[in-house]
Amino acid sequence: MLDDLRLPLGTWVEAGVDWVTVNLAVVFDAIRAVVLALFGVAETAFTQPPEPVMIAILTLLAFAVRGWRMALGTVLGLAVIVLVGQWDNAMLTLSLTVVAALFALLIAIPLGIWAARSDTVSAIVRPVLDFLQTMPAFVYLIPAIILFRIGVVPGIIATIAFALAPGVRLTELGIRGVNKEIVEAGHAFGASPGRILRQIQLPLALPTIMTGVNQIIMLSLSMVVIAAMVGARGLGQDIVQSLQRIDIALGFEAGISVVILAIILDRCTNALGSLQQHSPIARLRARSVAARRAPSPAPATTGAAASAVAQTDTGRVGSAVGEERA
Amino acid sequence: MTASRPNQAAPDPHDDVALRVEHLSKVFGRRPKEALARIAAGASRDEAAKLGTAAVVDASFDVRRGEIFVVMGLSGSGKSTLIRMLNGLLEPTEGTVDVGGERVTGVDAKRLRGVRRSQVSMVFQHFALLPHRTVLENVAYGLEIQGVGRERRQQLARDVIRRVGLEAWETRMPSELSGGMQQRVGIARALCADTPVLLMDEAFSALDPLIRREMQEQLVELQAELGKTIVFITHDLNEAMFLGDRIAVMRDGRIVQIGSPEEILTDPANDYVAQFVQDVDRARVLTAASVMEPPAAAVPITVGPRGALKALRDAQTSTLLVTGPGRTVLGAVRDRDVMRAVQAGERELRPLVDAGVQQVDPDTSLAELPELAITSGLPLAVVGDGGRLLGVIPRVMLLAALGNVPTDTSELQVVDLPPALDARLLTQTLDATPEVHDAR
Repeated sequence: MLDDLRLPLGTWVEAGVDWVTVNLAVVFDAIRAVVLALFGVAETAFTQPPEPVMIAILTLLAFAVRGWRMALGTVLGLAVIVLVGQWDNAMLTLSLTVVAALFALLIAIPLGIWAARSDTVSAIVRPVLDFLQTMPAFVYLIPAIILFRIGVVPGIIATIAFALAPGVRLTELGIRGVNKEIVEAGHAFGASPGRILRQIQLPLALPTIMTGVNQIIMLSLSMVVIAAMVGARGLGQDIVQSLQRIDIALGFEAGISVVILAIILDRCTNALGSLQQHSPIARLRARSVAARRAPSPAPATTGAAASAVAQTDTGRVGSAVGEERA
Repeated sequence: MTASRPNQAAPDPHDDVALRVEHLSKVFGRRPKEALARIAAGASRDEAAKLGTAAVVDASFDVRRGEIFVVMGLSGSGKSTLIRMLNGLLEPTEGTVDVGGERVTGVDAKRLRGVRRSQVSMVFQHFALLPHRTVLENVAYGLEIQGVGRERRQQLARDVIRRVGLEAWETRMPSELSGGMQQRVGIARALCADTPVLLMDEAFSALDPLIRREMQEQLVELQAELGKTIVFITHDLNEAMFLGDRIAVMRDGRIVQIGSPEEILTDPANDYVAQFVQDVDRARVLTAASVMEPPAAAVPITVGPRGALKALRDAQTSTLLVTGPGRTVLGAVRDRDVMRAVQAGERELRPLVDAGVQQVDPDTSLAELPELAITSGLPLAVVGDGGRLLGVIPRVMLLAALGNVPTDTSELQVVDLPPALDARLLTQTLDATPEVHDAR
């Protein structure tokens, strides 16, 4: 008897997508145009400069955020990509990743902030994120093709949907995790909610939010490869091709290029969250702080701070002893 | 309502009220109003717990301008909830709060921000400094929100930082400072906002005892200088007794007694308060003025040796304070020296005077007295303005005050130095020497 019972969930969703395709075509065409234009810009920026110039720029970037080790690794990694003949593909993949991650961030961070400030929003957003994150990535590609036609755009849109979740979650987590007393202090001195967000919550949640940014970028990179199945260009195309032809050599060369890009992107964005001591940017910042402090006669080490405290403490020991006698 | 404020003095029309709290209650939970109604009808806090947690029940009090008002209670007594309603961080279930004549409760967010900027700032238990800003920027935070220009607010912040003794640390980050120093930044931040009322939520509880003591003393000094109205929350009775001009004792969300430290110590409203104050360090609460005796054993220097000897005999002590013009304390004389002088027919008392009498201010806390008393062996002279003798603290009084035992028990007399010479001997000496010497 149960055999006759079937929930036609898939049919309903299909009907929904059909309706949307027919009635909201204008909206999707507009989105398509915007994404395409932005991708055009990114593609030009990444693929037009000659290889040595691009490598130099990326290496400098790596040096700035993490130091010479990272710079060296970047040069070597990019050289490998050039030598296996995947440079153009890699730059296309990078353009796709950057554009998708940018859109994902623009959606994820405000949504995360909103969810952090309202329990209702948080309760609604959470299951939606669960859905987005666990639905197999390929499934996004199907409506994306219908709504945005074959090409780069459905790939980017599917990537955004797939990469969104950790950005929202970590932004919410970061803001909710800010020391309650410090937020209270903001309120107690009469700061407006917007000001508390800008001056207290966002700066203190930054490390967590940056982890979210890092996750978005990494997920975007992994998804743009899959997006090649609907016609997105780049390294993914070669990987899909090698799968169809059982071409181990091509598969490995394209695959290792993805890995190299991933490592460079991961290390660089990770470093942005918490600039390490030896990174040139951190040192530059430290120097400017030191310059500002120069006129003050304060002792320079925290050790001195401790001894200064100890000094004020001993002043009180005498009276405490006197009290004991009392 | 008067039941919950039994010891509050009748309102004095000359005192401005800086902060007024009326019938303030706060219940957390799903049905706060119902829980409150149930409690008002006589249910206990536990009986109403299913409807909501009653953190504060029907609290009413006035805080006078320039007063340190301490709210004291154990954890869970509702004191933190209470203080958070005073600046609108929590909206009360019932009741009203007015700060500087402005309503805090039931007003819109914008109005509330205005009151917080102009009337009331706060110091937090765990400092709550902005970790990504320097000490200077932290202290200037209140002024920044008030819209004071950068130059001006930094200048004002520097003044306050100097006042709390952190001028060398302006450009440091809070994490580079010790706990005591961080809380000084917290206090400086609240002072710099320049509001008449300061709320301090367990401000010194996170500090270790020595630093805490130092901070308490500094706070009292700052308050005397700046005349701020301070509401101070603490679970430490000693702290409450030391800081408070008046203390409200809270238990289970209710205020059980409001009174001066001495009232609470000597006249607890109920067993709970009595038990609470049992192990208070009396030495810090009582002052020299509260234990001194009228100076019976004191004579003007003009009486001469014979007069001094008579006074010694009458007061039955071994030492006598000697005063000069304007009742200033010159020192003390001992009975043996005086008798020898009388026997030798001396006319002047001055050569006998031992100037080593310790003089203390009437406000000196008892904690600082014993050390002085032990070192000198002479009674302590309590002197007021211009060195005028106000009273004497014999050593026996000191021990009695600290032990909270009545001073009129006879056993205690042995603690004091007994007269070195028998009274009969003194009388004989007086009789044996001619009176004419003193006539001049």
